[in-house]
Amino acid sequence: MQKTYTNPVYDYRRSPDQDATSTPHHPVIIVGAGPCGLAAALDLALQGIPSVIVDDNNTVSVGSRAICFAKRTLEIMDRYGCGERMLAKGITWQRGKVFFQQEQVYEFDLLPEDHHKIPAFINLQQYYFEEYLVDRVNEFAEIDLRWKTRVTEVATGEDQTSISLTTPDGDYRITCDYLLVADGANSKIRDMLGLESKGQVFQDRFLIADVVMKADFPTERWFWFDPPFNPGQSALLHRQADDVWRIDLQLGWDADPEEEKKEENIRPRLQQMLGDEVEFELEWASVYTFQCRKMDNFIRDRVIFMGDAAHQVSPFGARGANGGVQTVENLAWKVARVLRGEAPPQLLQTYNDERQHGADENIRNSTRSTDFISPKNHISRVFRDETLKLAKNYPFARSLVNSGRLSLPCAYTDSPLITPEQDDFAGPLCPGTVARDAPCQIGTEPGWLLNQLGNRFVLLVDLGMPRADDLKQELQALADLPDLDIIGVCPAGMEQPAAADFPGLLISDSSGVIAERYDLQPGSSYLLRPDQVVAARWRDCSASNVKQALRKALGFELENAA
Amino acid sequence: MSTSHNSTSHLNSSHLNTAPNFSDADGFYAALTDAHRELDRDQSERLNARLILLLANHIGDSTILQEALQVASELER
Repeated sequence: MQKTYTNPVYDYRRSPDQDATSTPHHPVIIVGAGPCGLAAALDLALQGIPSVIVDDNNTVSVGSRAICFAKRTLEIMDRYGCGERMLAKGITWQRGKVFFQQEQVYEFDLLPEDHHKIPAFINLQQYYFEEYLVDRVNEFAEIDLRWKTRVTEVATGEDQTSISLTTPDGDYRITCDYLLVADGANSKIRDMLGLESKGQVFQDRFLIADVVMKADFPTERWFWFDPPFNPGQSALLHRQADDVWRIDLQLGWDADPEEEKKEENIRPRLQQMLGDEVEFELEWASVYTFQCRKMDNFIRDRVIFMGDAAHQVSPFGARGANGGVQTVENLAWKVARVLRGEAPPQLLQTYNDERQHGADENIRNSTRSTDFISPKNHISRVFRDETLKLAKNYPFARSLVNSGRLSLPCAYTDSPLITPEQDDFAGPLCPGTVARDAPCQIGTEPGWLLNQLGNRFVLLVDLGMPRADDLKQELQALADLPDLDIIGVCPAGMEQPAAADFPGLLISDSSGVIAERYDLQPGSSYLLRPDQVVAARWRDCSASNVKQALRKALGFELENAA
Repeated sequence: MSTSHNSTSHLNSSHLNTAPNFSDADGFYAALTDAHRELDRDQSERLNARLILLLANHIGDSTILQEALQVASELER
């Protein structure tokens, strides 16, 4: 059926580990080469940590599956070096329509904010997303990706984890310091360890179909509530790469998945949905149910769960893969620093603290969308329907219409790693939030601020200081810290100091957008974590404040930390 | 202002006002029941839903809306 994409087949290769005389040991083994497992390996490699990935299959996602990738995910991909390829292939859209029963209720235009490298989101089939990650992974000698390799046994301990593997030519065993698990919603590793992911099962089924339109069709997202072609249910249409359109049809709990998947049953529905005159070809179809659930603790001994294995959401709002990649980014820099002995092991527990908070937020948002799309009782349906009726003429009601809220990164404001706000700043970039992008100039070359951040701690400091000598002294006291780079921001119109005199990278804020987004004044400084999260900010730059916030961000002030 | 005992002293904008506030209480009540007079139960339910949504948006403030929900829910227990 599928014509626009052929799944690559990756070769199984015998690993030297299979012929080792004693059990080989690796710092990190990752289970699962999906979006999260591949992302974890890349993030670790960028921070100097080698890893082994094992996957029981030998290809990428079969079917389009996750298709909406949010800005934050793409910023992370850009840090990994595969964001631009995804942007080039993906579809950016900003217009949409909402229908209720027979008629169009309203249309919208998302009007994106200027001065960001990455758009709010793109639509891209999961197989492309994974394929580009695999290609990037193959560029790193530090990453050993082993296809057709399945975990059959896990033994956890306080000091190390041991796993048994089976392959097309035999079984073997390896050990690791940390086992990172990204083997999906029905995680086998989770089962092997007797752990559970708990939450809510939704009694509903959805049909997803990818179709290729033969004629032009607008690049818009169309969402129907209770349409004539699917009475009492919902439907969604939006565009992916290669002129493939994704259709999601709510079926209800009583639908027979095998019957609904048949082309002769899908076709008439879609024809009614798209209009009689539209010709299309069916590429792929699947029926799914979903759950919102998570593990109580994402960590057991030295086994750490990520992505759908750790937390699962309904598809509305695209928070599965997006939330998953954000868990990975939160974890990777911590694992790297603990392995290098630069942070206490307690730092890893904050992965659980920070990402439980993220998972709660994602589950809450996707559950709210689900409840709006399929109301759970009579009065909920009344409110839903009346909201849609009001939305036609009254813009306020459109703010209540919830067919999925865009995935935004959560704020770790209450995390024990974050130095609480003490100074007076305007704007949303408080400690615990993810840095915002802005254009900058490096020498004579235009660039982007986010491309200068990440993988190590960064102190971003506004150089428009009247007493430049004092600032220079503070910065010199920080220049030798191995995990901290200094980036000096020269305000618009200021002449750059000589590069040789400055203990870091100089960038120009020629458009003034950095100053605006970060509410910079002369001497204002931000400490940014390797995951681009603001760890602390001050109106003045003081070396002792920075050192203390850095200690805190690395977990040295956690209970029982050495 | 803090020692004043007139009715505006507890009219804090971030809390639900449960003191009389109608410019024409009887008139509103009559208009409300009139609006429902010709409707069956199902239509009335829909009218009430629209009314709640319109008024809730006009209030907007989450604290006030939460307090109203709480007061209304408590009477059912």
